[in-house]
Amino acid sequence: MKRIALLGMPNTGKSTLFNRISGASARVGNWPGITVDLMSAKVLLGGHIAELVDLPGIYDLHGFSEDEQVVRHFLANNTLDLAIVLLNSSQIDRQLSLLLQIKKLNIPMVLALNMSDEAKKAGISIDIDQLAKSLNMPVLQISAKYGEGLPKALQAAAAVINQAQAASDPARISLALEEDQKIEKEMESLLAHYVHIPSTLSDSNTDKIDKILLHKWLGLPLFFLAMYALFQFIFAAGKPLQDALAWALQLLRSGVLEPLFAGSPSWLSGLMLDGIYNGVATVAAFVPIIVLFFLVMSMVEDSGYLSRAAFLMDALMAKMGLDGRGFVMMLMGFGCNVPALMGTRMMRSRPMRLLTMLVIPLSLCSARLQVFIFMITALFTASQAPLVLFALYLMSFVTMFLTALLFQGQFKNKEPFILELPPYRFPTLRQIVLRGWLEVKHFLQRASKFIVIGVVLVWALTNFPSNVAPASAGTYAGQLGALFAPVLDPLGINNQLAIALIFGFVAKEIVVGALAVIYGLQGDALMVQMASQIDWVQAMSFMLFALIYTPCLSTIATLRSESKSLGFMWLSLGWSLGLAWLVSFVFYQSARALGF
Amino acid sequence: MRLLSQLAIGEHATISAIEAEESLYHRLSALGFRVGKPLSLIRRANFNGPLHVRLGTTDVILRDTEAARIHVQSDLQASQ
Repeated sequence: MKRIALLGMPNTGKSTLFNRISGASARVGNWPGITVDLMSAKVLLGGHIAELVDLPGIYDLHGFSEDEQVVRHFLANNTLDLAIVLLNSSQIDRQLSLLLQIKKLNIPMVLALNMSDEAKKAGISIDIDQLAKSLNMPVLQISAKYGEGLPKALQAAAAVINQAQAASDPARISLALEEDQKIEKEMESLLAHYVHIPSTLSDSNTDKIDKILLHKWLGLPLFFLAMYALFQFIFAAGKPLQDALAWALQLLRSGVLEPLFAGSPSWLSGLMLDGIYNGVATVAAFVPIIVLFFLVMSMVEDSGYLSRAAFLMDALMAKMGLDGRGFVMMLMGFGCNVPALMGTRMMRSRPMRLLTMLVIPLSLCSARLQVFIFMITALFTASQAPLVLFALYLMSFVTMFLTALLFQGQFKNKEPFILELPPYRFPTLRQIVLRGWLEVKHFLQRASKFIVIGVVLVWALTNFPSNVAPASAGTYAGQLGALFAPVLDPLGINNQLAIALIFGFVAKEIVVGALAVIYGLQGDALMVQMASQIDWVQAMSFMLFALIYTPCLSTIATLRSESKSLGFMWLSLGWSLGLAWLVSFVFYQSARALGF
Repeated sequence: MRLLSQLAIGEHATISAIEAEESLYHRLSALGFRVGKPLSLIRRANFNGPLHVRLGTTDVILRDTEAARIHVQSDLQASQ
């Protein structure tokens, strides 16, 4: 029986061609010299029954991927009466190399050029006759998909077989491939002696945990429960630490700084104490929360659970034109938008990356969290607090989903979603602490610059011109607030809060510090003062606005640098400002209409 | 001939063909999807979510659209 092999690069339509020729007769079989099964079929060709073997697609006859080794071993162990080499016409410049490599082995050959219509569209023209003459083999144009040109190609193949040329000589081919075989042997021996690879996944614990955590119905509830529990933990553990730090900072102020500046002019002591120290101290009190947040985040990340989250969420994400990885980045955004935006680099599809980047700035980052914790502590009871915070997180998700749904038409994705699922690992304490420390360091470096500049700016705006009372309507800050009043009044956002929002544009870390300076108070005194000035509806409206209206300057800068598009940055800014106003407006007006 | 996307949960099969354009083909082969390789379908996420596939020592998740590009022979058929 004659033997024919089908050879070509991957994605040239080789399997399609094989199926078309073989019909339903294909079967899987073993071959001398190789361990994997290959598809083959008996076909009638030029009066002979021939066996057609579909060899794996390869890029390089002398490469060392599994498939490339399989093809070499097959050729060195089995005689061939004909090799049909299939190339993609539109990529003939890159694929001709494989044909020439095979030609060197002295196998009777036919060259089939697939997808010639595509090549024509790309303006590629191939002189078939001259190419055939030069290669000294039949060259035929076919369409594996539609079957065009196939009878002619089979005729040519039959003609070659009937010429009864000498079949390929495995011994000679083996000699020609000697170099490659030496390298294979050496690779094999090195692997056998120094590397151990288990044949199947030996980690049965991962299987057991996955049975629960990736359970059809329990998986998602468990995921959200885990997230909720982690946030609860962060605040339960964070509160005592926060209180202790605030107490120490107050002690430093009254014990050291106030006596130190007692003799200096009032503007200097005002700048130093009410400007820089007040702001920095208030914000610094929230550092424990951020430390805890990233400790927990890195634990979830290093354990392998984040990829599981991607698995659980992908069905929902796909509907929004995003994928499970986008969800992981969205979760990262809850720590800080900036690294999350940078993390979208792993997506190769630009449209999906942009869509994910449009969504991430809406995630409730740790800086916004500070503002919310401060406001919630000031205006809500301890039992209401977790609920309010949860509502804000929920709102964050809702705005993200809404944005993705609305914009997915503009940013259409074509990238496949294929991810490896790593086994569960216990993150080491060192890893967790290191990550937490790095994130905090990064946060402090970034925040401190913004805070010092921002808070001093606020202090100056609230204290000048010097002939009016600090933080009154007559100051520059008050004037600025009045300017925005027509837009912000319908949201229940008063002048002081408006000023804080203006500075939140620079960095959310500043907002609480700005409030401290605006009111000239900090800590509990500031909270009491705010509680007496605004009610919970206003506070909620303010928080909703602060959640959505704009990420910090760092995020904006990152958006621009990562998307390399000023237009995209403005789109993101404009969209979030508009959405923030709309959400706050709807919330505030309906709450008031309902009598709250 | 069946598609990976048509396998039942817990079913074992062998890859018989991969129909993918160059970038997807590279991604798949980097994760161990090759003709002749055995695999099994571990689970499927709800609402037509991704498939959880095991190839030797590697666990991979992929969507239906990509799984439909991978032809498989279930192991019963292959051993006949």
